[in-house]
Amino acid sequence: MLISTGIPTKEDLGRVMPPVQRLAKGPVAMAECFQKIPCNPCAASCPVNAIHIGEDINECPTIDFDLCTGCGTCLTKCPGLAIFIIDESRGDTTALVRLPFEYLPLPEAGQYAMCLDRAGKELGWFKVARVIRGNSRNLTHTICVEVPRELSMEVRNIREGSYRNG
Amino acid sequence: MRITEHPVRQFERGDLVHFFYNGQKLEGYSNETIAAALHATGVRRLGHSPELHRPRGLFCAIGNCSSCFMTVNGQPNVRICVTKLENGMCVEEQRGKGVVPT
Amino acid sequence: MIQDAEILVVGGGPAGLCAAQAAAETGAKVLVLERDYAPGGQLVKQTHKFFGSEKQRAGERGFQIGEDLLKEIGTNTRIRIMTETTVLGCYEDGVITALRGNKHLKFRPKRLIITTGAAEKFLAFPGNDLPGVYGAGAVQTLMNVAGVKPAERVLMVGSGNIGLIVSYQLKQAGVEIAAIVEAAPRIGGYLVHASKIRRAGIPIMTGWTVKQVLGDGQVEGAVICQLDDKFQRIPETERKVECDVICLAVGLTPLTELCWQAGCEMKFVRELSGHVPVVNDNLETTRSGIYAAGDVTGIEEASSAMVEGRVAGYAAAESLGHSPEIAAQRREEAIGDLRQLRAGPTGGKINAGIEKMKREGGAVHVNLYRYSH
Repeated sequence: MLISTGIPTKEDLGRVMPPVQRLAKGPVAMAECFQKIPCNPCAASCPVNAIHIGEDINECPTIDFDLCTGCGTCLTKCPGLAIFIIDESRGDTTALVRLPFEYLPLPEAGQYAMCLDRAGKELGWFKVARVIRGNSRNLTHTICVEVPRELSMEVRNIREGSYRNG
Repeated sequence: MRITEHPVRQFERGDLVHFFYNGQKLEGYSNETIAAALHATGVRRLGHSPELHRPRGLFCAIGNCSSCFMTVNGQPNVRICVTKLENGMCVEEQRGKGVVPT
Repeated sequence: MIQDAEILVVGGGPAGLCAAQAAAETGAKVLVLERDYAPGGQLVKQTHKFFGSEKQRAGERGFQIGEDLLKEIGTNTRIRIMTETTVLGCYEDGVITALRGNKHLKFRPKRLIITTGAAEKFLAFPGNDLPGVYGAGAVQTLMNVAGVKPAERVLMVGSGNIGLIVSYQLKQAGVEIAAIVEAAPRIGGYLVHASKIRRAGIPIMTGWTVKQVLGDGQVEGAVICQLDDKFQRIPETERKVECDVICLAVGLTPLTELCWQAGCEMKFVRELSGHVPVVNDNLETTRSGIYAAGDVTGIEEASSAMVEGRVAGYAAAESLGHSPEIAAQRREEAIGDLRQLRAGPTGGKINAGIEKMKREGGAVHVNLYRYSH
């Protein structure tokens, strides 16, 4: 149970996961935000108005996956660091998972990072495809990792500090 | 220990200053509190309770709780968590309730 | 010499600064008294992004909000902030006394806004007085303000927003977290915070608490144990935890000394985390001309404290006849914002508390003045 462990269940995730067909088309956002709290920067920041919260800012966000371009603006704005961008359109057996990251040191593109699941469990060393530094005010960086496609819904963090060069 | 690299904050520590802790010469910075300077050098036992003489350290670090009383430049019962470090300062562990200098 | 002041704000934290800003906006002159070296209250140590909506500067980090507020206020000639000034008393003739260095100051304000914030709660267990048992706020001050590592390995007690956030911040500062123990069967804080630290590998143990400190003269470890649904210890569930700091994040309680001293009607409201002054919608206490805003009226998020500050600031300015129509309109708007912030399930407890506070009866009214005659 999310409320006693902090780890969302399969059912929780099922409610917010983009459809398989959409995932195959290109990058798309997934908001792992399951609790009504007063917060709406994701909706306010979306450049294509794909995220809906509405008048009552306590509502959980809903994403229009057809409008979402997977640009990642919301990912860097979400105060809860609860938004991830998933791309399963690479045409091979890998997927890209883009995640928010606020630890030092940052990895470099091309390095390998130990990827972790929602419980912090090790899933394996996978390649960092890209590192996008947050600006001096936002300071939330985003890390893009290239993971086996079957792990695109599992990888949600990387272990800070220990990176490998191959 | 001092944090040298932080993902969110930058620390403007000010000038390097010297101070004395129970007679021992230590280093700290002018923008920090005595409590921060002591913790940076690994000192966290700050004094003793006046009656049972149990060791005392910080609790609130914002001047509410009085757990960090020390004698500073001869003045007892100084809340070192809200007192800035100065060059040449004499900071001493306090025994008992302290005596106000005349 | 008694100095006159139009509006006096006690406490330069988020509520106080917003109260000053709102009151000055409508034309009032405000003096803010702050005991610390710098105004901003506890915002300076909040390195995480705040929730809320754009109006409450959501998405910005707490310390950035503090810096922005001070920048905005710095250009306003109607606001004066006196730092290193501790308010000592509030007298029956309306005089406020304060200590600045070794100087005893006296003020006679037309309106008083009390934004004194809160203090951390404590927990009873053997060894809780030893060096290394720290309040979560103290740990934040050491690592986020002074840049000093407060520990190597921490046992966090409490999974409210503060316990969760400070655990995350400790991890950012390179400190290991042994575990977060939470006596209740559920996580108290926002689940997005919980998930964030969970995926960093930090265990959250609901139904567990700290039983005692291990160590000779300082924290060298802890014993934790499991609790049943009546919060009673379950025998033989004890476990040793290696840690050099036990961080207590077991809640805050309003700092209401001035409200008591002023003779405001007070009530104990569990949902608001302690004794609070009885206030109306404008946050005016039962003592006419004395307002209270922020954590002193009940423990809530900093975003709400800032909006409360605005409500009190506009109301005080309005009562003095400063652009009364604009002030009234903005006050109403701020009251609406507060309602919105508290509309969801997380605001339910606060709303219940406010209802209790406003209900007839149950008030404690200690008029301390009689002791001074």
